[in-house]
Amino acid sequence: MLRTKGERLRDELVAMADKYGRDRSSLLNILQEVQHRYYSISEYAMQVIADLLDIHPVEIHSVVSFYSFLNARPRGEFVIRLCRTISCDMAGKDQVARQLENDLGITFGETTPDGKFSLEWANCLGMCDQGPALLVNQRVYTHVTPEKIHGILQECRQRFGVHAMAGQKEKHI
Amino acid sequence: MITPTRTSSLTFSEITPGSGLKAALSRPPADALAKINFSGLRGRGGAGFPTSLKWELADKSPGQKKYVICNADEGEPGTFKDRVILADFADLVFEGMTIAAYCISAQEGIVYLRAEYTYLRPHLEEVLEQRREKNLLGNKIGGQDGFDFDIHVRMGSGSYVCGEETALIESLEGQRGEPRNRPPFPIDTGYLGNPTTVNNVETFAWAACILSQGSDWFKKLGTEKSTGHKLFSVSGDCQLPGVYDLPLGITIDELLDQVGGQDAKAVQVGGAAGQCVPRHEFHRAIAYEDIPTGGSIIVFGPHRDMLRVAANFLEFFIDESCGQCTPCREGAPKLLEGIEMLQRGECSMEHLQELYSLGQTMQLASKCGLGQTAPNTFLSIVDHFRDEILGRTAPA
Repeated sequence: MLRTKGERLRDELVAMADKYGRDRSSLLNILQEVQHRYYSISEYAMQVIADLLDIHPVEIHSVVSFYSFLNARPRGEFVIRLCRTISCDMAGKDQVARQLENDLGITFGETTPDGKFSLEWANCLGMCDQGPALLVNQRVYTHVTPEKIHGILQECRQRFGVHAMAGQKEKHI
Repeated sequence: MITPTRTSSLTFSEITPGSGLKAALSRPPADALAKINFSGLRGRGGAGFPTSLKWELADKSPGQKKYVICNADEGEPGTFKDRVILADFADLVFEGMTIAAYCISAQEGIVYLRAEYTYLRPHLEEVLEQRREKNLLGNKIGGQDGFDFDIHVRMGSGSYVCGEETALIESLEGQRGEPRNRPPFPIDTGYLGNPTTVNNVETFAWAACILSQGSDWFKKLGTEKSTGHKLFSVSGDCQLPGVYDLPLGITIDELLDQVGGQDAKAVQVGGAAGQCVPRHEFHRAIAYEDIPTGGSIIVFGPHRDMLRVAANFLEFFIDESCGQCTPCREGAPKLLEGIEMLQRGECSMEHLQELYSLGQTMQLASKCGLGQTAPNTFLSIVDHFRDEILGRTAPA
């Protein structure tokens, strides 16, 4: 039988709710997993989770909007977060930021049209002794220079191959 | 990928893993508590609350279910020592949590790990699994009847304010990370309404060391009110940034000598929430009774523009404010506007004085530590760097 995308998502959400427990205290766990799998948390997903945990969907939207690693709007497969806090600032994050924008063709807060990269600011990544630092999804890069940006992006692009990605994705979270 | 963080020689590496827990379990819980009490250990996250008192209150608080939470939401700008501890001494942290559980009769432990450190999670899970296999977690730990305790890792989702203990608990409960009014304190009304002790990563590690080596060993160093060593995260304009294991009570001058930052014009102690200490105060001590810190030391060299520093910190607080209370939500943007006026050379003394008093109001009237400390750097820069910030020429 043909199943719609929505039905599939619902099944996944039910499985997640059962795995973490159908309590409000499981909400962040579930949202983190949805974010990881789908790069964003859609209104439909919020509604289903609300039903499963027996809370109002607005509550879920409120939680999603609070945390910087959860997004209601679609984000790219690779979210690049450049640390803008003081030590990285002093180590030259402005130049790195500029080069990121140049190489990706987007500014901070945007996602590339192909849905591959999002560019965001992060507050202190805890790499202050090795700034400038950035995160690509969960991977951390330190002592980043404008010159190194191209290589970092290439590394991501090489992981676009279907087979490479399939293995890569499940390993995280 | 990551260049390992430079560290001084660390006390933690001299401790035999397991020795602290073994010592604790060989005596009744009250003895372990007494040891922590005699050591004078205070919270290493920065607030400096006496650890034994927190545990004692959680222990005395009535309740069947109790929780031990490790605050690994290290988000204070300039702090990275918890990352190093979790990567290199996770066993010691879990051991400290287990000792805490023994003291307060908790059954469940949670490590709240910040989302930015997700890459540390597989390592932590592995260490936890090894501990379960060795019966250092699980049922009847160390063969003690009735001592059942296990630890799970839960992830943050990118929010600085969740490092505040009640906001952290809100987040674990599936809520926005908005701090609660205190009292009630987590020691009686914590996670899911149960008595809960929330301690910093480093605090747990030191607790394990104290049980292993004794209170006197710990007290030998530091000052009377700030006993023991502390890990400092040093970054900024110095030759040797990294993690340093130093006794509390050390002066800023002495610290700068070690890290190669002798020419500094100012040092930020305690991160964005801390204070900016100018050169003529470098004789002051880093200790709870003088300049308290969670361990963040950021060195500003002679050429640094202090207004840029203040602006950076204020942007940080504006971004991370939960928006619940007005002084913090509305105050920080006003202060930033003031900084921008100073940068343009347009701020009158009268306006600056008004902003100064607004900053003091924020310290008094904000609900949680974030808002109360948000104006600190602004105020200390206005106090100490007037020559530098007033009457600037507008940028071309």
